[in-house]
Amino acid sequence: MARIDLDHIRHAYGARTQKPAQYALKEVHHTFEDGGAYALLGPSGCGKTTLLNIISGLVQSSEGRILFNGRDVTPLSTQERNIAQVFQFPVIYDTMTVYDNLAFPLRNRGVAEREVDRTVREILAMIDLESWTNRKARGLTADQKQKISLGRGLVRADVNAILFDEPLTVIDPHMKWVLRSQLKQLHKRFGYTMVYVTHDQTEALTFADQVVVMFEGEIVQIGTPAELFARPEHTFVGYFIGSPGMNVLPVTLEGGTARIGTNEIQLHTAPTQAPNGTIELGIRPEFVRIGREGMPATVTKVEDVGRHRIVRAKVEGHEVAAILGEDDEIPAEPRMIFDPAGINLYADNWRVETAR
Amino acid sequence: MLEIRNVSTLVGGRTHIDGVSINLERGTLNVLLGPTLSGKTSLMRLMAGLDRPTSGQVLVDGKDVTGVPVQKRNVAMVYQQFINYPAMTVYENIASPLRVAGKDKGAIDKAVRDAAALLKLTPYLDRMPLSLSGGQQQRTALARAIVKNAELVLLDEPLANLDYKLREELRAELPRLFAATGAVFVYATTEPHEALLLGGNTATLSEGRITQFGPTVDVFRKPLDLITARTFADPPLNTLAVQKVGTRLEIEDGPALPLPPNANGTADGSYTIAIQPHHLSLSTPAGEAIALKGRVSIVEITGSESFVHLDFSGTRWVMLAHGIHQFEQGDEVTFWLEPRHIMVFDAYGRAATSLAEAA
Amino acid sequence: MNKTWNNKAWFMVLPVLLLVALSAVIPLMTVVNYSVQDTFGNNQFFWAGTEWFQEMLTSDRFWAAMGRNLMFSAIVLAIEIPLGIVIALNMPKSGWGVPVCLVSMALPLLIPWNVVGTIWQVFGRVDIGLLGYSLRQIGIDYNYVNDPFDAWVTVIGMDVWHWTSLVVLLCYAGLVSIPDAYYQAAKIDGASRWAVFRYIQLPKMNRVLLIAVLLRFMDSFMIYTEPFVVTGGGPGNATTFLSIDLVKMAVGQFDIGPAAAMSIIYFLIILLMSWVFYTVMTNYDAER
Repeated sequence: MARIDLDHIRHAYGARTQKPAQYALKEVHHTFEDGGAYALLGPSGCGKTTLLNIISGLVQSSEGRILFNGRDVTPLSTQERNIAQVFQFPVIYDTMTVYDNLAFPLRNRGVAEREVDRTVREILAMIDLESWTNRKARGLTADQKQKISLGRGLVRADVNAILFDEPLTVIDPHMKWVLRSQLKQLHKRFGYTMVYVTHDQTEALTFADQVVVMFEGEIVQIGTPAELFARPEHTFVGYFIGSPGMNVLPVTLEGGTARIGTNEIQLHTAPTQAPNGTIELGIRPEFVRIGREGMPATVTKVEDVGRHRIVRAKVEGHEVAAILGEDDEIPAEPRMIFDPAGINLYADNWRVETAR
Repeated sequence: MLEIRNVSTLVGGRTHIDGVSINLERGTLNVLLGPTLSGKTSLMRLMAGLDRPTSGQVLVDGKDVTGVPVQKRNVAMVYQQFINYPAMTVYENIASPLRVAGKDKGAIDKAVRDAAALLKLTPYLDRMPLSLSGGQQQRTALARAIVKNAELVLLDEPLANLDYKLREELRAELPRLFAATGAVFVYATTEPHEALLLGGNTATLSEGRITQFGPTVDVFRKPLDLITARTFADPPLNTLAVQKVGTRLEIEDGPALPLPPNANGTADGSYTIAIQPHHLSLSTPAGEAIALKGRVSIVEITGSESFVHLDFSGTRWVMLAHGIHQFEQGDEVTFWLEPRHIMVFDAYGRAATSLAEAA
Repeated sequence: MNKTWNNKAWFMVLPVLLLVALSAVIPLMTVVNYSVQDTFGNNQFFWAGTEWFQEMLTSDRFWAAMGRNLMFSAIVLAIEIPLGIVIALNMPKSGWGVPVCLVSMALPLLIPWNVVGTIWQVFGRVDIGLLGYSLRQIGIDYNYVNDPFDAWVTVIGMDVWHWTSLVVLLCYAGLVSIPDAYYQAAKIDGASRWAVFRYIQLPKMNRVLLIAVLLRFMDSFMIYTEPFVVTGGGPGNATTFLSIDLVKMAVGQFDIGPAAAMSIIYFLIILLMSWVFYTVMTNYDAER
């Protein structure tokens, strides 16, 4: 396993370009610590898969260097970098048996057959395909095939890192739970360096110790799931993480008070510096309380999603979503309170530091 | 109204659909929920008239249309893959069903522009579908389904290939988009979460059979059998085998649980209990509750909530706990459960509630 | 799947049915007719039963021609299929090279068969042909008119030149349909070039290869025009294939009865082979 340093990586597909807009990756300078579980999270086209392929060597970055444990691997081929990667859609060798599929990466590297057998059987047990050992891989269903792809990624213990490119896309919801927690347990047990690309916040947050949120070719925030939830550094992070995303409302600031129309909201703490630009208040639906006190709100829709309800309401003409418990009531004339602990302030979309 | 009467299909000796009966009203959104290969797509193909059932009938407004091919029915379909005509502009794509129907130019133009506005496609009308993002491509396919003004709109996992956030947005728009047209909507998905967000009615499918059909939240809260409860649980349902003795549910080598009020009146014997992950908690609930102990195997944190995977009495359970909780593997934790949240199923998987009512 | 019934479907296939009836079934019935009759001219025919078939099946001339046909098909397949795969593997997958390669590959396929024959007939001549003359100059005793071996080399060379492109194009179509992820995964798994071919490219080309083998087998088994133009079946009977023999018999000697019997046997063999291929292919599909 290795520490991976990305040293000022920039990448543009196609011809060399000077325009920043044409870079699929604008500038990434970051270190993945040895044994860490990381997720690259962002919408499609944000450059997360490009970054993953640059690490594995399937794509050569236009600029910058990659180091594994301090050693420059930028000119090395994928094989020489010794990494494992699992792709979005199952890649299996049709004509081989399930067993041979898993043994393939080991045999290619000349591992002794006894060692191959031991490892392959261990992985087969883990992905629950023991009964298929000697069957041809081509008759399997999509999620069984993807399990083989996952298994092939995990079969080599000596790799520098294991990279995942949206590996659970084709997997049924129930199986997702099983595989995800197995991956996590595996990480805890063997301490692999893992980088996991996904657009699915639940997958990213539950899998990773550190989540790297990407948007339009740039990293917007790196943090633990808790940090991303409580302190989104950018309104995009607030929107992209959380379901529904963070409510963002335009406000005017007067010291320790924020004003939405005629309503005043007392802030826990005032900004350390008076911010410039467009000022907005961000509050997650989890921190919006509905009751008989606070700002008057008009409820437009209530979605019962089983374990809780999502209340869509309007405050001073702005849409605000709130999460309400399964058994909580909505009063006839509902009012809203924003829990001060959940309030963040933004100036031109970036979070404003407040005194703690 | 679309009525499916005792329909079965056999393909090459294998049963794909097994005695399905269902009535779908106009202007309703109906979700078909089930894992891959549970028969969702097969059932939709039967509804559309793409396939002919081996036995049974398909009726539209009381008229038998079992053998009528799809061309003669007024059906629109949207698939998981983004299917558009690649050589036509977005405008022409949306207009295509109207041109086939022989509508006049002015009417077509109006319908296309209305649909495009609804789906936020107005700036892209002159573009080719393949130059658009996945979300925009799927919006184009949806717009085509809308202008067709079909009696039956079939959506087969239409959002599965889209980003999580895009899915959220389109999912919120979909019911609204189709509500006005008064057609029958059928939406297939593998995700319980998606069914709940869409609302409407849900039919849970398992191995070619409909296990339950009703308002989505009712099916979720009051499953009539264990298969339905399992199909409709995400995270997976927590289950355990118990022995009912009087008013107690005894766990082998474990504590006894009180019998939930809804299972009164059932005979003593072997049962399976099931509890939704969000009904387990780490803090004492307000109402009457029982404390249980389990060992942590892994914790997944989503930022605001924690999925705590527990080994409890020899099985793996999942708890969805509010807030962030860090535990090490092997830690013993006490968790709480309200008896009213225990679902009881008999040896055949039937809910004790329904048994008690029947008795 | 039980498709919904639609009567219009029959109207769609009707033209094809008519065409097949006119082009295949009716002429075939005429041939069947001839094969069980004898004639002494004057449009007088007599019932001959299976006599012609027995004669054909016991004649050395028939079996010799059949042997040459099988030999020819075997050699041609053994060269064209591997060669086609190798060329397809080395063709560019993207960029300006693709159309250039595709067009140059398609060229031989566009030339009429008798023209191909004429080209090679001239090409191989020792007095004025580029190939024949050059071989002579470098000291190789080459003469397809007199030497049976040289005649075979020329005919096979001609067929390879003419038809390898077809195999290339089919294989290329199979290769470009393989998603990039497969090659990426193979790199990550540390697969050798051979392993990539053996476990990714070959399995994915399986279907098109079967089609290529079937097409090339049937075509080569029915070969007529090219050797007829180049060697006329000679020297001696060295390149007299079944089809050439058939024409000699029917047109040259006017033995219509035996010729008809022979063509039916010929037809049945091809039908049998096609059936074998078809079964193999559908079984392969069913296994997937």
